[in-house]
Amino acid sequence: MNEVTLNVPLSEETVRRLAVGDRVLVSGEIVTARDRAHRFLVEEATPGSLPFKLSGGVIYHAGPLARRRADGSWEVLACGPTTSSRMNIYTPTLIKNFGVRAVIGKGGMDAETLAAFASAGAVYLSAVGGAAQVLAAAVRSVKLAFRLEDFGGPEAMWVFNVRDFPAVVTMDSRGHSLHDDLERASGRHLATLLDKSNTF
Amino acid sequence: MDLVEPIVELYRRMSSDLPEDVERALHAARDREDPSSPAREALDTILQNVRLARQMRRPLCQDTGIPVFYVTRPLAMSEREIREAIFEATREATRAGILRANAVDSLTGKNSGDNVGVGLPIIHIREHDAEVAPADKSLAAQESPTLPPLGGEGQGLPASLYAVASAKEGEGAQRKEKALAVQGAVVIEAMLKGGGCENVGLRYRLPDPSLAASRDLEGVRRCVLAAVHAAQGRACPPYVVGVAVGGARDSTAVLAKRQLFRRLDDVSPVSPLADLEARLLDESNLLGIGPAGLGGNTTVLAVKIAAEHRHPASFFVEVSFGCWAMRRAGAVIAGTRHE
Repeated sequence: MNEVTLNVPLSEETVRRLAVGDRVLVSGEIVTARDRAHRFLVEEATPGSLPFKLSGGVIYHAGPLARRRADGSWEVLACGPTTSSRMNIYTPTLIKNFGVRAVIGKGGMDAETLAAFASAGAVYLSAVGGAAQVLAAAVRSVKLAFRLEDFGGPEAMWVFNVRDFPAVVTMDSRGHSLHDDLERASGRHLATLLDKSNTF
Repeated sequence: MDLVEPIVELYRRMSSDLPEDVERALHAARDREDPSSPAREALDTILQNVRLARQMRRPLCQDTGIPVFYVTRPLAMSEREIREAIFEATREATRAGILRANAVDSLTGKNSGDNVGVGLPIIHIREHDAEVAPADKSLAAQESPTLPPLGGEGQGLPASLYAVASAKEGEGAQRKEKALAVQGAVVIEAMLKGGGCENVGLRYRLPDPSLAASRDLEGVRRCVLAAVHAAQGRACPPYVVGVAVGGARDSTAVLAKRQLFRRLDDVSPVSPLADLEARLLDESNLLGIGPAGLGGNTTVLAVKIAAEHRHPASFFVEVSFGCWAMRRAGAVIAGTRHE
């Protein structure tokens, strides 16, 4: 298992070298997006209409808790990942139209998304769910809180500058998903537990 | 009498610290994972996160959830007064960065900005009740989980105090005296229930042919295992699993979530349920989903089950999930008796 430093923007070549199980430390610009922002990106936005660049970029499934300092800058008080499967239906389009190279979240994503990762060259990175202090410590500054007024704090797109944001590759661009492996394996264990010979 | 300040403090404690039983269970889970496994690393990160949040008095998780309150009030205090204090404390806790604004208008998508909205926070209020009819005793014991120990700040409520209803005659004058003192106070149990774990909850209607689940405890067992499998790693395992069996949709949903208030080492007073709780804890952990859903030996920290009477036609199994950040706390706000 490798430990890899990833500097955003990411090239296709860099991303294609990653494999399930690799530990990564992400540095550079990452952009948060969850339910509302995904719908906005897919249905309303174009790459040129955004005040940030998603080509080679990293989307972080998260709704931070942040507070404005007296000087107007933002302080991120807590910022862990939200459940990624809610973003399944939008992500293949996001990767195709915006050139996103990595998605950070928790819980993994579906087969269509895995196929989109393989075809475009992108990966899914799992951050530890609930580890909002450890992960907020990797956020060095907030560049922008885009659509804060109309989407609200959790749903706004926060552009972070991060350093050494820790995650694990759990879906790679070679069609391998740790989440699928575990779902199948746990399904076999479940079948054994529900076998008729094993009743309460 | 000011309830607002103590409730803001309760929010701060819930948001930034875990009950000791939960933290202890996470340490034990960490020690059960193979060294240098992703599961062990995830639990190390989780435990580091718990320490950091406590030190900095900052939220453990950015999703500070939906607040759920169970309040027991003295006869002389009005429900409205308590509700208004909770609303005000919730607004204050949001302003102070203790809570993320999580109340969204379901029609317009607009965030209320202060965690107060239609139906939010969730508040259950009841009056102190020393007498419970004998026939209701087993149910009452399940419905009144013992409070988590609170630690420090003079607001701790010994777990035994809450079980006023089941206090036996002659079990100790001291305990009875304390129980009476509590009856003059506002007793609050509260939880911050995250959205991720709320989303993976499931309800089964038995019989369920797809699971070969019939209307008995074996059927319940099959539902719970299927629900844990269905949740996979989507909602921050290791989970605490609350289960309710009964025949009404509204009350089973409430009762299942109520089980999440129980201490992890609490055992159901109903012995078949206690046996099933223990068995389901072991069996859930054979599924191998693991901490953070990265594979491993601990998927579930505890399973807590309660049952209520049902209509002859109905048999529901409701499964409610709590994430590892099982943020519950309690407070006894003394001197609130209006006399």
